[in-house]
Amino acid sequence: MRHAGFVSATVNQPAIEAQIRGIRENIIRAASVAGEGHIASAFSILDILYVLYNGILRHDPQQPQDPQRGRFVLSKGHASLGIYGILAERGFFPKEELNTFASSSGRLGGHPDSRKVPGVEASTGSLGHGMPMAAGMALGLKIRASDSRVVCIVGDGECNEGSVWEAALLAAHHQLGNFTCVVDYNHSGDRALMLGDISAKFRSFGWETTEIDGHDHEQIRAALEPHGGTVPRAVIANTIKGHGCKDMENNPAWHHKAPKADELEALLAQLT
Amino acid sequence: MRKQFVTTTERLLDEDERVVVLLGDIGVFAFRNAFKKHPQRVLNIGILEQATVSVAAGLAKEGFIPLFHSIAPFVVERAFEQIKVDFGYQSLGGNFVSVGGSYDYAALGCSHHCPGDVSLMQAIPGVEIIVPGHPAELDALMSQTYASGHPTYYRLSERSNRSAQTVTFGKAEVIRSGKGPTVVTVGPFLDRVVEALEGTDATILYYTTISPFDAATLQQHAGDGRILCVEPFYEGTLAASVTQALRGKRIALSSMGVPRQFLTSYGHADYHDRACGLLAADIRARYDELLHV
Repeated sequence: MRHAGFVSATVNQPAIEAQIRGIRENIIRAASVAGEGHIASAFSILDILYVLYNGILRHDPQQPQDPQRGRFVLSKGHASLGIYGILAERGFFPKEELNTFASSSGRLGGHPDSRKVPGVEASTGSLGHGMPMAAGMALGLKIRASDSRVVCIVGDGECNEGSVWEAALLAAHHQLGNFTCVVDYNHSGDRALMLGDISAKFRSFGWETTEIDGHDHEQIRAALEPHGGTVPRAVIANTIKGHGCKDMENNPAWHHKAPKADELEALLAQLT
Repeated sequence: MRKQFVTTTERLLDEDERVVVLLGDIGVFAFRNAFKKHPQRVLNIGILEQATVSVAAGLAKEGFIPLFHSIAPFVVERAFEQIKVDFGYQSLGGNFVSVGGSYDYAALGCSHHCPGDVSLMQAIPGVEIIVPGHPAELDALMSQTYASGHPTYYRLSERSNRSAQTVTFGKAEVIRSGKGPTVVTVGPFLDRVVEALEGTDATILYYTTISPFDAATLQQHAGDGRILCVEPFYEGTLAASVTQALRGKRIALSSMGVPRQFLTSYGHADYHDRACGLLAADIRARYDELLHV
């Protein structure tokens, strides 16, 4: 198992930024072709996913089921375009396939299907399922004394779900030090229910926590390094929904909307 | 039957190190030896059914065979969407073992009743549903199916028939073959059906696997199409399977089971059997009705 495509963040940052801009473009084009997609949710986590799959999570696109791999579960499944963009970039499937997103003959659904897409560990979509599934995977790895780990991303809106906190209790009680849960805290859930201090909540559930700028690669990398021990880690990632595309940033109109043909070029032009 | 469930599970834990037992904070004393013997694979997981089912799915993804045990409403109704998405949609194998349905916990009231469990589980494609009528049948059916790769629901009852049938997963047993109407019954209701139909010329078919439904046995023993279903769960639960099995054939179907209403009285399960019209005399009366169709 190799750390596929490890690149030094400090040396090649301009090249990395160009690569991520390319992924954003692929995502916008895929959603435009499909007439469907949660683009802003995908952009919210794209930096986190990029760092995770470049030097943090053990993975091999040629052997997506390798038992030694690190596991990643996208609990907020509606951000599927984000993980598809990254998996295509890593070579799990051809980038051209992104343009089959949400089509009747394609395998890349609006929510990811673990039975179809190489590199997708869990079929998610209904919120509050992925995190406890990820905890179950971490428990299984622990029973088997594997040194593989599990990382999942939940949304802040998803943290309304009781099952997230049930899983938080379980992960702490069963001492899942091989489990990291990233909260994509883009505040999209605030209009319904204020979550307040999520770090304090996770700490009170027995987790260690770290709070980061979810678009700062150095901070992401430090937070996602394997931590070992017996305490699960929550990473509260302060993010901007729609990050990298000015018109979409924190704009609820773009939560679930695909660009029409006449909007496409203007959006692509403002990608950073 | 619960004692047998523990014995069988202990054997499976010994024989197959993929088995992981998750108890919803019930049966903890009964499993005391298993806790000691397999501390990593027998967990009193707590009272959080939704996350438990998802955790079980995560274990299944890692190659384990999870077995979740709690009271029927909390296994099936509380965590229904988790069973549907995490196990059904993802085609994962796991075992869900309930006690208490339909109203074994009569005195505890409607929150602890669960006559709808089998209907609900039927709504998830790929789920296997098993309703044994005797401890030995539970042992046989669990041994045959616990590692089937499907989600499997076992409905344990406090009551059982006096003797066990030789049962095979997915197959109905022909208890009696006659020229009268065909009576389809399930699990713990067999004894009372046999008693009710003494002296008649009924055919009696005994189902311990509800899904997948053994259509072939019914097709071969449907006689002239007069069918009486005697079900230990909501009345009509089997109707779709029976009518689908006999599609294109003229049938007269009569279903008796737990009526679709909240049973707000307490007491014992026997009281509800009487109140719901599920005693042998009631069965005989419904059978006699069919004689005039």
